[in-house]
This record gives sequence, C-alpha cells and structure tokens, in this order.
Amino acid sequence: MQAAAAASRATDMRRMIRAMLPALSLALVVAAIAYLNPRAISYFGFTLMLNLAIPIALATMAQMFVIAGNDLDLSIGPFVGFVCCITATLLHDTPGLGVLALLGCVGIYAALGALIHLRNLPSIVVTLGMSFVWQGATILLLPKPGGSAPQWLQDIMSVKTPFVPFPIVAAVIVAAIGYFGLMRTSYGAILRGAGGNPVALRRAGWSLLRAKMTLFALTGLFGVLSGMALVGITTSADANIGNGYTLLSIAGVILGGGEFTGGRVSPVGAVIGALTMAMAASPLLTFMHIPPDWQVAANGAILIIVLAARVLITRRDEAL
Amino acid sequence: MSSSQKISKTTAICALAAAMLSSTALVGHAQAETGDKKIAFSNNYAGNSWRQAMLKSYEIVAKKAVADKIVAAADIFTTADKEVPTQAAQIQNLILQGYNAIVINAGSPTALNGAVKQACSAGVVVVSFDGVVTEPCAYRIVVDFKGLGVEEVNQMAKFQPKGGNLLEIRGLAGTSIDDAIHTGILEGVKAHPEFKIVGSVAGDWDQTTAQKAVATVLPSLPLIVGVVDQGGDGYGAAQAIAAAGKPRPTIIMGNRQDELAWWKEQKAKDGYQTWSASIAPGVSTLAFWVAQQVLNGNTKVPHDLVVPYLAFTQDNFEAELPNITKGGVASHEYTQADAVAAINANAK
Repeated sequence: MQAAAAASRATDMRRMIRAMLPALSLALVVAAIAYLNPRAISYFGFTLMLNLAIPIALATMAQMFVIAGNDLDLSIGPFVGFVCCITATLLHDTPGLGVLALLGCVGIYAALGALIHLRNLPSIVVTLGMSFVWQGATILLLPKPGGSAPQWLQDIMSVKTPFVPFPIVAAVIVAAIGYFGLMRTSYGAILRGAGGNPVALRRAGWSLLRAKMTLFALTGLFGVLSGMALVGITTSADANIGNGYTLLSIAGVILGGGEFTGGRVSPVGAVIGALTMAMAASPLLTFMHIPPDWQVAANGAILIIVLAARVLITRRDEAL
Repeated sequence: MSSSQKISKTTAICALAAAMLSSTALVGHAQAETGDKKIAFSNNYAGNSWRQAMLKSYEIVAKKAVADKIVAAADIFTTADKEVPTQAAQIQNLILQGYNAIVINAGSPTALNGAVKQACSAGVVVVSFDGVVTEPCAYRIVVDFKGLGVEEVNQMAKFQPKGGNLLEIRGLAGTSIDDAIHTGILEGVKAHPEFKIVGSVAGDWDQTTAQKAVATVLPSLPLIVGVVDQGGDGYGAAQAIAAAGKPRPTIIMGNRQDELAWWKEQKAKDGYQTWSASIAPGVSTLAFWVAQQVLNGNTKVPHDLVVPYLAFTQDNFEAELPNITKGGVASHEYTQADAVAAINANAK
C-alpha cells in the first residue's frame, strides 16, 4: 500500500516537473538574457523583445489544434503570409471584402479538415500542397512588397498597457483562451479525443468529421489572428513574411509539452514554448556577440539544446 | 521598481540620445566626434557569393574604423533564416543593445518598417542599402535596379541587332529587387520591339537554381538569341544551355567570378561578346560611412542616396577578373572620403 502511494506520489512529481518544464526553459532563457543584457529586462525591453512573439504564439496555437487531432499543418507559414497580404491590401482598402476573404480562409481550412478525414489522406501531403497554393496566391495578390496594415490594427499592436508590457498580456490571454477552450470544456475533450482515441470517440457516437473540421477551422482562425498580429507589428506586408512560421510553430508545440501522437497537447505550454523559441532564437543570440560566421549555426544549436532538454526529461519519465 | 519608473527611465535614455544627436549636429562634421558611437550591421542572409563579398568588405572597413578609433564598435549580425520577422526582432534587439546606428540589408522593403520606426524613435540612425526599407525616417542607399534592367536590353540590342527571342531569368519572387529589374527589362523590350521574351524562369540569383530552372524550360522554348537575368545566374544558364546542346545565346552577366571566367573562356575561343553588371557588394561599406557621417552630425546627408551600379564591358572585364576571389563577385570598397563625395554629389 505504502509503496503504491509513494509510487503514485513520485508519478505526480514527475508529471508536475513535466508540466513545469516549458516554464522552466523560458525562465532559463530570460535569466540568460538578463545576465547578458540587464537593460533588456524592463518594460521597454520586454515590449521590444516579445512583440514579434505574439504572432508566433498565435501560429503555435493554430498548429497545436491540428497536432491535437493527430495531424500536422505544413502550410501554416505561407498561410500566415497570405493573411498578412490580405490584411495589408483587401482589409485596408475594402474592409468588407477583406473580412469576407479572411472568413473564406477559415472556411477553406475547415474544408481541408473534411477532405483529410473523408478521403483518409495524410495531412502532411495535403498541407504541403496547400503551402504552395497559399504562396502562389500571396504573390498574385502582392507581387512586390507593400500594402499597409489598417491603422486600428497598428494601434492595437502598439498599445501600451499599464504595468505589464502588452505582449505578455496578449500571451496570457491567448493561453487562457486555449486552455479553457480545449482543456476545460466538454467539447474540448471531444476534440482532443479525435486525435487521441478516434475509435472510442466514434463508438460513443460523436461525429469525427465534425471534430476534424472544427480543429482545422480553429487552426485557420488562429492562423488568421497570427497574420493580422504580424502585419499589425510590421505595418506593411511582404509575400515571404510568414514562411518561417511553419517550423517555428511545430517546434513551439513540441517544446510546450505537446506530442505528435495526437490528443496530448498543452495550450499554456504551447504559448510558453513559442515565447521561448522567440527569445532563444533572436535576443539571446544577438546579446551573445557571436562572430558572424558562427551566428547561423549558433542559432540552430540553441534550439537543439532547448528542445533536447525537454526530450531528455520526458524520456526519463517514460523509462521510470 | 514600478513600471512607470521604468518607462520614465527609457524615455530619459531616449531624450539623452536625442540630445546627444542634436549636440553633435551643432558641432558639424568638421571633426570625427563618433569615437564613442557603436554601429551595428543587421543582415538577413549570408548564403551566396554576393552576400559573402558584402560581409567581407564590410568587415575589413569596419575593423579598420574601430582600430582607428573612428567608431567604438562595428558588429555584424546575420539572422539564421531568411525570414523577415526574425530580422525585425533582430533590429529590436539591437536597439536594446544600445547601438547608435544600424546599417541594414533588409529582407523586405516594407515588413521591417515597424521595427525601423521603433529604432528611429529611440534615437537610432538607420541606414539601409541593397535591400532598402521604405520607412521615411531611414536613410536609403539606392541602386537604380530598374535602370540596370533597361540597360541589359539596350546592350543586348548592340550584340543582337537583328533581335529575336529572349529568355528571362528572374530573382527571388516577391522581392523588390526582382520586381525592379524585371520592370526595367520589360521597359527595355518595349523600347526594342525586335526582342520578344518567350520564357521566364526563377533563378533566385543562384547558379545552381538557375541551371536547373533553365534546363527544365529549354525543351519547350523556340530558338533564343539572348538571356536577360539578374546576376548570379548567368553561368548556370550557360551550363544548362551547353548541356542541352543548344546554340550559345548572348547571356548578360552579373559580375560573378565564375560568370566572368566563362566569358573570358568564350571570348578567347571565338570573340564572344556580352555585358556584365550588378550592384557592388562593397556598397555595404558606403552604408557604414553614411551612418558614421550622420552620427557625426553631417546634416547634408539626403535620405535617398543614389549610387551607380558596377558594370563591365568587353574591354575591361578581363582586367577586373584577377581581383575577384574564386566564387566571389566584383566589388568596390568605399572610403570615408568616397562617402562624403557621394553625399555632396547627391545633395546638389
């Protein structure tokens, strides 16, 4: 009896450590930045360092929904770029048409979910194809960089919140919405179940098609938010602006405690993971004063170290 | 510490920076007052010969300027990916690092505007070149890429007076440089109706990419008399055309060592004629000196500084060839005096 209780306590402990891990790696990165450049740890510093992390956090949330459904979205980066271009052109010039186009994007995502489910297609192939479609559509829409984000969007993205910098407030809001929506509502459990145990879900009489479509539509929705946030910060668009977000968002989900096996994701972790990725990749690297020839490799090394730390602890957890 | 204090602290720093700037402006540019100033270089890509030459030129000039105590520091930062948001974040970090000026080769003319504006309002001087930014507060060193495109077709008309079909090799899709050169080429073709563009491929300013793209499109094309391109793609095109066993057209070159070497080889063989032009990678050093001049209080610096592109003709390219390292590109490093001369020429 006692041994069993101790074992369960130990399991709880490990689970705790695992849940804390994303926060721990973020704290480590922030500590390293504070050591290298104390000036960065201020209201002004966090605003500058983190405001580009908001779109990354939103793209990571978007990716998290498909990963929850045991799929992968390789088109989220070009999609974010496409949304940026719509926002800087259509939404700016003809708001009505712009809103319709953005809603249409979410609709296309839902349709993709249906297609992947009904035809039983691998999501990697479908979304890889879509990434070229988005990229092509973006270049058609905006052949050369330009356009302008609507003023209200620029105002939102540069708002000065009292006491706590806006990017942190935004990250907390995004994480809270994701957490309550996916982890605390009953339909959220169904959505996670669609990825974790689809057979059980179908036997219980739930529509897997509907769950899949909802997950993809949510990805589309958060992708739209990510693109709008990004262009609100940059003020103007570029066809190649979002391409890097595909891999960043996947890494963010994994770093935040998610797994490729479906159903096992953590919205709070994903947001923290995105912030960690954003801080580790750029501010940390800039402040370390690495010779230019080594900077590119150093960036990769930092990401591998951060991700490896998580894998290491998870492995030990499973081995025990 | 409450955040309101933090805000006031940063505003104080900004105000201080602004005050320092205005005081140096009063001193004028008679004397180097920039010994305590730090200049950063934000670069978004290092993966081709042009960019490598650009970084090398910059490093040589900047190191010497630091050694001569003209500036306190001149560090280079390259982003790991070609992504624009990464560079925007990098610029924000450089502001936080306390640099007085940032020299930028921008990944996008527009998508960095938010970060550039933040830099300007923090009192940081921003000078962009090659990939310039449109934010009005920044300085731009502009090369007339459109004029380069027009001139390509003008030169082509000299070598192929009868006209004929042309193949166009484009640069990286969606970039302003690609768009400008392309527009220039179209304009040139309009002025020379004897030419017709029968095919267009994306070469991404890279020999290997261009070679693959040209090899793919060649079988579907009629006979071509010329290739108009954007530099970094001429040698790849020549290889693809030779491999396909097609007659050798007039290929416009882009100052790369492999391109000029191939040209020399062909010229020696049968007097092959063409023309070569590109933006000199050493323009990075001009950007450095312009930043130094602005920090020094030179008020004559215009926000748009036009510099010529570097062109080579049948008569002078062989003399330049030995100066270019293998795999490199023809360059020209600017001195402080060159920069002042360029500023004065533009101010008139």
